[in-house]
Amino acid sequence: MNIVVCVKQTPDTAATVTVENGKVTWGDAPLVLNPWDEFAVEQSLRIKEAHGGKVTVISLGLEGAREALKQALAMGCDEAILLQDPSFAAADTLVASAALAAALRKLDPLDLALFGRTSVDSDTGVTAAQVARRLGWPSLTLVAAVVAVDPQGRTIEVERMLEEGRQQVRAQLPAVVSVVKEIGEPRYPSFMGIRKASKAEIPTWSAADMGLQAPSPAVTWPALIAPPRVNTHCEMISADSPGEAAAQLVQRLMEEKVL
Amino acid sequence: MADRIFVYIDHHLGEAVVASWEALYAASTIAASMSSGVTALVVGDGVRSLAEEAIAHGASAAVVRESPSLKDFRPELYADVVSGVLKESRPEVLVLPTTGRTRELGAMVAVDLDTGVTPDAIALEVEESAVVATRPIYAGKLLTKEVSRTRRPQIVMVRSRAFPRPTPDTARKGPVDVAAVTPGASATEVLGYRASDGGVSLTDASVIVSGGRGVSNNGRLTPPPEITDEKQQEIWRAHQGFELIRQMASVLGAAVGASRAAVDAGYIPYSNQVGQTGKVVAPDLYIACGISGAIQHLAGMRTSKTIVAINKDPEAPIFKLARFGIVGDLYEIVPALTEAFRTQLGK
Amino acid sequence: MEFRISDEQEMVVRMVRDFGQKEVLPIIREWDRRQEMAPQILPRMAELGILGICVPERYGGQGFDYLTLGLVCEELEAVDSTLRVVMSVHMGLNSLALLQWGTEAQRQAFLIPQARGEKIAGFGLTEPGVGSDVAAMASTARRQGEDYLLNGEKMWISLATKAHHILWFARTDLGSAGDPHDGISAFLLETDRPGVTRGDIHGKLGVRAGSTGWVHCQDVRLPAANRLGEEGEGFRIAMSCLDNGRYTVAAGATGLIRASLDASLRYANERRAFGRSISGFQLIQQKLAVMVQSYEAARLLYLRAGWMKNAGLRNTRETSLAKWYATDASFAAASEAIQIHGAYGYSDEYDVERYLRNSRGAMIYEGTSEIHQLMQAGYALGTRKDAQLRCELPAYDPTYWRAPGSAPAGRRTT
Repeated sequence: MNIVVCVKQTPDTAATVTVENGKVTWGDAPLVLNPWDEFAVEQSLRIKEAHGGKVTVISLGLEGAREALKQALAMGCDEAILLQDPSFAAADTLVASAALAAALRKLDPLDLALFGRTSVDSDTGVTAAQVARRLGWPSLTLVAAVVAVDPQGRTIEVERMLEEGRQQVRAQLPAVVSVVKEIGEPRYPSFMGIRKASKAEIPTWSAADMGLQAPSPAVTWPALIAPPRVNTHCEMISADSPGEAAAQLVQRLMEEKVL
Repeated sequence: MADRIFVYIDHHLGEAVVASWEALYAASTIAASMSSGVTALVVGDGVRSLAEEAIAHGASAAVVRESPSLKDFRPELYADVVSGVLKESRPEVLVLPTTGRTRELGAMVAVDLDTGVTPDAIALEVEESAVVATRPIYAGKLLTKEVSRTRRPQIVMVRSRAFPRPTPDTARKGPVDVAAVTPGASATEVLGYRASDGGVSLTDASVIVSGGRGVSNNGRLTPPPEITDEKQQEIWRAHQGFELIRQMASVLGAAVGASRAAVDAGYIPYSNQVGQTGKVVAPDLYIACGISGAIQHLAGMRTSKTIVAINKDPEAPIFKLARFGIVGDLYEIVPALTEAFRTQLGK
Repeated sequence: MEFRISDEQEMVVRMVRDFGQKEVLPIIREWDRRQEMAPQILPRMAELGILGICVPERYGGQGFDYLTLGLVCEELEAVDSTLRVVMSVHMGLNSLALLQWGTEAQRQAFLIPQARGEKIAGFGLTEPGVGSDVAAMASTARRQGEDYLLNGEKMWISLATKAHHILWFARTDLGSAGDPHDGISAFLLETDRPGVTRGDIHGKLGVRAGSTGWVHCQDVRLPAANRLGEEGEGFRIAMSCLDNGRYTVAAGATGLIRASLDASLRYANERRAFGRSISGFQLIQQKLAVMVQSYEAARLLYLRAGWMKNAGLRNTRETSLAKWYATDASFAAASEAIQIHGAYGYSDEYDVERYLRNSRGAMIYEGTSEIHQLMQAGYALGTRKDAQLRCELPAYDPTYWRAPGSAPAGRRTT
């Protein structure tokens, strides 16, 4: 099976993120492989282990994204490619999905393209579906379990996590899949993997390399806001009955957008 | 002339999700500045009644597109239909609630129409005929304003519970345009549905409901006569308290936690003890029931964005840490809160 | 001089840190209270390849260098000392001795399964009546034809009941003439041989989530092929083993200082008194600063020792210095960390009391702090000199370490 996993490099979730000069900054906190993408890499490797084949990891990013690619290689991916181009700067999901789709076309014939459900920075969760739309492949997002893969019959059966419960879906390959945490704990990079990864040659593909005229982004971000630090002044809720107190509290929680 | 604001009504097998009405409310807040009404868009099979529900919740009109092959949600087919309607009606704005389904749908329609899509909006404002959405990023540590300045339609998905639900008025009427559609073939087949597997894991819960020593404190409870040992009676009472906590957690989709004191006292297994948070999520909400808070080291509590404390003792140190507090008997407050949550969340 | 670890080493550090945080940290307090070793620790460390980290691939290892061994030990002990103790005895004291002194046949029979984690290795030097005074050991190994007959008891043996192979030291020269230092030999003992009995020791102040015990040999028959090195070389072999064991202890203690520092920074930022965060009080700040200083110094000392091992340079002095410094400093750091935590530091609610209890042992084993002070004074005064060994620990050569193959290794000087 020919599998591609799409990953992103993001700041560590433990980092303190603030706004400085109108830009997001995380100080010197390290950049890591987007935690959701670790699950996608893990699932790609499991499918390869079950059915044979190859896993290529790709990322749209700057030079630093090579670290995220190396982490994926160390986990066991076979090859890595960095997608980099000036026209990808200030990319919104329209641009990102166009670039990723172009890379997938160049890597065709493929069976599966895997994504994490979202990235912990921009957190839109739409890129996978947009890539699928561009390629005309089925989109299977929020996959909690891969029930069966039939490489000969060219189908995949999954369970998706919807708000109402699990939806069981079968789709034709090639397909785009995005995964949630329930799919299974990601493995650690192996020591051998770490060695291979640190030596790996990671080629860069520009827009031209992929035959792509990148679209211009549709979305812009006019302002960044750091929510004010709430000081822990406790608001005591008191009422005549437990029921009233409860109702008041719930209302306050809704007002403060806590729930 | 068609309304300039469309709202997609998300549903599961013909039953509307509450968030769809919140989306209608959100749309109504911008409709005035855009001098527009709001048209509800319903896609599915046998979903005509949703159009009337939408109008009752504030839509001025509704468009319904139906086909038997649209009974189950399949993003490709739904996107084909929605994009088709939008290409014809050419609204300025499409508002959707943010759900697992609509994220895919909004994403695909955005590609079809070469426009932007903004999920999880918690606020909307209109600036020079463009809708500026505010949404959380970096796990809510920051907020960003997002706008599709020139592309139309602007596709905005509002986050659950960010907007209130309008009170329905079943006397409201409006034009409903119903038509059958014939979607193309699909490479996807929905095989069925099943309920989700068990509880939420403590390590990556976004909401935690936690119990402390106070859960055993209920003199009104009588243990069964066969339990004669005092310590066992205490543990039995604690189990009753934790059952109430479990029920609240269930309604909230939360994980059940415990303070070290409760674990040490044998009320609940060590695996429930609140500890390190997971990599991806830090709790947004921590509800501490019967926890004195003299123990500030509860790691899960430390990183929680909002702490709600329920305790009999008004002097309990936890009230210094909490954002909201209720002084009272958790045996009364917790069930009352569970009911209030149930009502609010429409469960 | 580059004061930077490689990208590869960074990735190894991150991986081991993740393992510790995810799989050990959540359960360690429970097992420390039970005074038992969690059963999954050794199999997991074996599975992940940690137990063979710096052994050449041709001997079943992962092919990393000695610096990486130190870095890994720092990460392991930052979670709990028991993890690093495993590395100290399995790798530092036993496996590296096979690399240094073993015949090819011994490496095939013992080192390969150890590096693969299929067999667990331990070190049997200390006896109930013999600690610092190694030469006075009472265990005997009587030559009988092609075999030796082992008798004696070893105590305070880490992984006593878990190890498959123990590097056992015993007196082979049973006469009273001759320097006792020259009458000791080293043996590769399989613990399933008839006559070997073992037991656990509980009630230790620290390293409670580990396994410490005694091993007794009653007329245990061992073929001469199991003797490591030549007859009478045992003392020198034991001392060279300690060069490697102490290195892991130094690196681990450095991790312990870091753990105390990190815990103290977290707590100081949260705790408030007199209307403000205690991190603003100068006496608290002083404690934090001292921890930083000792962490940085300890780290540089062990990294230097690791670098020297990589370069094939004799490093007894530098390793001793690193071990003495780091272990004393880790005890002081843990004690101050408890002070910063106030009463909470006195409870096992927080980790710092466990750091203190764990750190205390390292000041005693692998050479007491007092022994190291005598060594350092000896070097400084010129009364102590390191004689060249018949076999030295091979310098790290990536080509050799990372190639599969059967060529014999090691630099022999005779």
